[in-house]
Amino acid sequence: MELETLEELPSPTMENTTSNQRKIATVPQKMIAKELNCYFGKSHAIKNVTLGIPTGQVLAIIGPSGCGKSTFLRSLNRMHEVAGGTLTGEVLLDGKNVYDSDPVVVRRRVGMVFQKANPFPTMSIFDNVAAGLRLNGTRDKNKIAEVVERSLKQSALWEEVRDSLNKSGMSLSGGQQQRLCIARTLAVDPEVVLMDEPASALDPISTAKIEELIYDLKKSYTIAIVTHNMQQAARVSDYTAFFYMGELIEVDDTKTMFTAPQIKRTEDYITGRFG
Amino acid sequence: MQTNIPQTTAEGRQQQTGGRDQKSEPPVVVSTQNGTARSTNVGDVVFKNLTLLFAAGVFSLVFVMAYFMYKGSSLSIAKFGWSFLWTSVWDPVKGDFGALPYIFGTIVSSIVALAIALPLSVGVAMFLSELSPRWLETPVSFMVELLAAIPSIVYGLWGMFVLVPFVRTYVGPFLSKHAGFIPLFTGAPYGFGMLTAGIILAIMILPIITSISRDVMIAIPNSQREGALALGATKWETTKIVLSNAKSGIAGATMLGLGRALGETMAVTLVIGNSSKISFHLLDPGYSMASVIANEFSEATTDLYLSALIEIGLLLFAVTIILNAVARLIVWSVTKRFSQ
Amino acid sequence: MTSESNAGVDRWRKFKNAFMISLSLFSAVLVIAPLFIIFGYTLSRGIGSVNVDFFIHMPKPVGESGGGMANAIVGSLIMIGVGSLIGLPIGIIAGIYLAEFGKNPFGAAVRFMSDVLSGIPSIVVGVVAYVIVVLPMKHFSGFAGSVALAILMIPTVTRTTEEMILLVPHSLREASLALGVPSWKTTIRVILPVATKGITTGILLGIARAAGETAPLLFTALGNRFWSTSLNQPMASLTVFIYDYAKAPFDDWNRQAWAAAFVLICIVFLVNILFRLVTRSRYGIGNT
Repeated sequence: MELETLEELPSPTMENTTSNQRKIATVPQKMIAKELNCYFGKSHAIKNVTLGIPTGQVLAIIGPSGCGKSTFLRSLNRMHEVAGGTLTGEVLLDGKNVYDSDPVVVRRRVGMVFQKANPFPTMSIFDNVAAGLRLNGTRDKNKIAEVVERSLKQSALWEEVRDSLNKSGMSLSGGQQQRLCIARTLAVDPEVVLMDEPASALDPISTAKIEELIYDLKKSYTIAIVTHNMQQAARVSDYTAFFYMGELIEVDDTKTMFTAPQIKRTEDYITGRFG
Repeated sequence: MQTNIPQTTAEGRQQQTGGRDQKSEPPVVVSTQNGTARSTNVGDVVFKNLTLLFAAGVFSLVFVMAYFMYKGSSLSIAKFGWSFLWTSVWDPVKGDFGALPYIFGTIVSSIVALAIALPLSVGVAMFLSELSPRWLETPVSFMVELLAAIPSIVYGLWGMFVLVPFVRTYVGPFLSKHAGFIPLFTGAPYGFGMLTAGIILAIMILPIITSISRDVMIAIPNSQREGALALGATKWETTKIVLSNAKSGIAGATMLGLGRALGETMAVTLVIGNSSKISFHLLDPGYSMASVIANEFSEATTDLYLSALIEIGLLLFAVTIILNAVARLIVWSVTKRFSQ
Repeated sequence: MTSESNAGVDRWRKFKNAFMISLSLFSAVLVIAPLFIIFGYTLSRGIGSVNVDFFIHMPKPVGESGGGMANAIVGSLIMIGVGSLIGLPIGIIAGIYLAEFGKNPFGAAVRFMSDVLSGIPSIVVGVVAYVIVVLPMKHFSGFAGSVALAILMIPTVTRTTEEMILLVPHSLREASLALGVPSWKTTIRVILPVATKGITTGILLGIARAAGETAPLLFTALGNRFWSTSLNQPMASLTVFIYDYAKAPFDDWNRQAWAAAFVLICIVFLVNILFRLVTRSRYGIGNT
């Protein structure tokens, strides 16, 4: 599918046309949420958000607690409905609306890493990483072993576990478990990786490792990461979007966002006046 | 193009044209549990419908049972109608049946059981929910559960060999001596009788009344207790308040216990004496609905005889279902009210 | 109120308080006591007669010693086995439905019916099994007994299966769905394996309940003094064995009834203890 650029669709980001925002809009967007409204019953969690995730880049989503960052992320890989939510609007992946496709297929192309590491407790490290493959029908033992090794290398866990692949997934430390989950997600070869505060439950060293990881992954995947840690967003991302109370307030490339935000509310948040 | 560009910023929204009302658009995705919304996956559809089938089976089981019991009792219903309930003759030879003695025995033994079990159960429930130290709560609850797990035949065996002689030797004479002026507490000196049946039933229904009462009392929010204590109430007075909140839940628990008592067979059969005479003396032998079915079913020679016995079963079925249904609704609504 | 009458009221309230607390404690003791009394008595009367002979010999005519309950044990095992084959799948699959799709009015109705079903006296279930199986077959049979036991197992198994599946943390389901695994596969290959331990003990609980039943077998399987493993004929069972031998006027037979009762109560208690241990340790809650 052709990636959309500014000439082919209405500016997916902001109406106010400064040169900075035009800059984002010209970049190819792997996924675009259009006029997205998410609800939990009557509660309106995401209000008319249109936002694109640039291909091969890292988009950080920041904002105070409860502003809808996670909800937005989950609407991208159709996990919002698993939690009982409803929505209107579209989410385009390579131009096609994910809500018109089989959710199972969508979730294979758009992977997700959760806030709290959730390895499958009854499976070994190897089996955890292989889980996505096996459950989707892959039988070839060699292929599986190959993918497991590759994924564990990609998530910088291989060296630490290569000799204990049969140990239970739960025997690892918190940071290792999270990298295990990342390996598991990568094993099914997604195109987009969504991360919902992946390091918030981890110690600083593990957090640093994960941030390094994200920087490497950018070469092969499109990444969107929700974080409440602004320094992390500044370190890790190319673009940053600021959400407040379910609305998208501002999106820009990270450098500009943190040095010269256009909107006062963004500036207030970034300088710590609230949130 | 400019006017079509969707407004996304907070400031930009004031310029929004048209009165687009998001709320009136139907949601694109209607959620169901576990992300099965609009699942086109064959596996999901098959799985859901297969499990649904079995769940429907469980649902309909009660109705199926009711149907067959009704069919089985049709002969007896046709011949005796409602008088079956208040006639005391039970003559297999002549083909004349009336269930009154059995209904009577069942009711009496159950009432005795409730009279003994209810205060004890509430006492234990009170203990578990309000008074007991934390470490004692689980072992005691567990022991009450074990009491419920004892098979009824074992209760019956113990009842016959231990409780009956006990009633014959001690309880009977004691009651006759000290309460004998009330005819209720007199009767035959066999040990077998409605009182003994009531006692063993009491032991058997204690667990269910206790555990449900305890659950209901625990569900009463702490704010009630704190409110009372803050007014200077003693532990007992606070408990009284909790009890009054839990009243209907305890009533539900009692109904469930009653249901269990009505249908209990083996323990009662071995201690009640199996005599079809209606008597108002507790120590006299009696007969319960479940016991007559247990004793005579395999010997029933004629279709009418069988049908009469099945009709008794139908009565038990109907009464216990109604009791259960009402009781569970009560308990459910009480715990729901307090969990909000 | 003057301080004197305050003191008087206080004393009375304190007394009432202490009195009711001790009454409550007393009733707790009174309620637990039968557990020990009954178990202890069964132990004392029964343990002497429990030996290997008891398990492998057939019942002997009155007067001859050394009789056993081999046919009763085997009969019970067969009927419980066949009953489980019928009842377990129904209960488990219905339980899966309730856990996965049951948050709707129909699910609530199924749950309600299951609870109502568990309150039906077992003798009534026996009557139903009689009407459904014995009447058409025109004779008593082990199969009819199995059907009665199956019906008795279903409510327990359904509810425990549902509860055990619901105890599996939601994050596991999310992780699997996010990998692009279809929902049904997630349930079967990810959720159920985690819930298996709990479900198994729930099954054992249901089986234990059925194993202890006597009334529904009285006129379905009837009982059999001879060796028979045919489901098409009357079949002996441990519980009916106890009943028959308890009623008999022979001391030796009564003794055997106690022995069998002791075996039965031990099995049932063991399963219950196992259930408690498993459900408590796995998820760290005190199960009720």
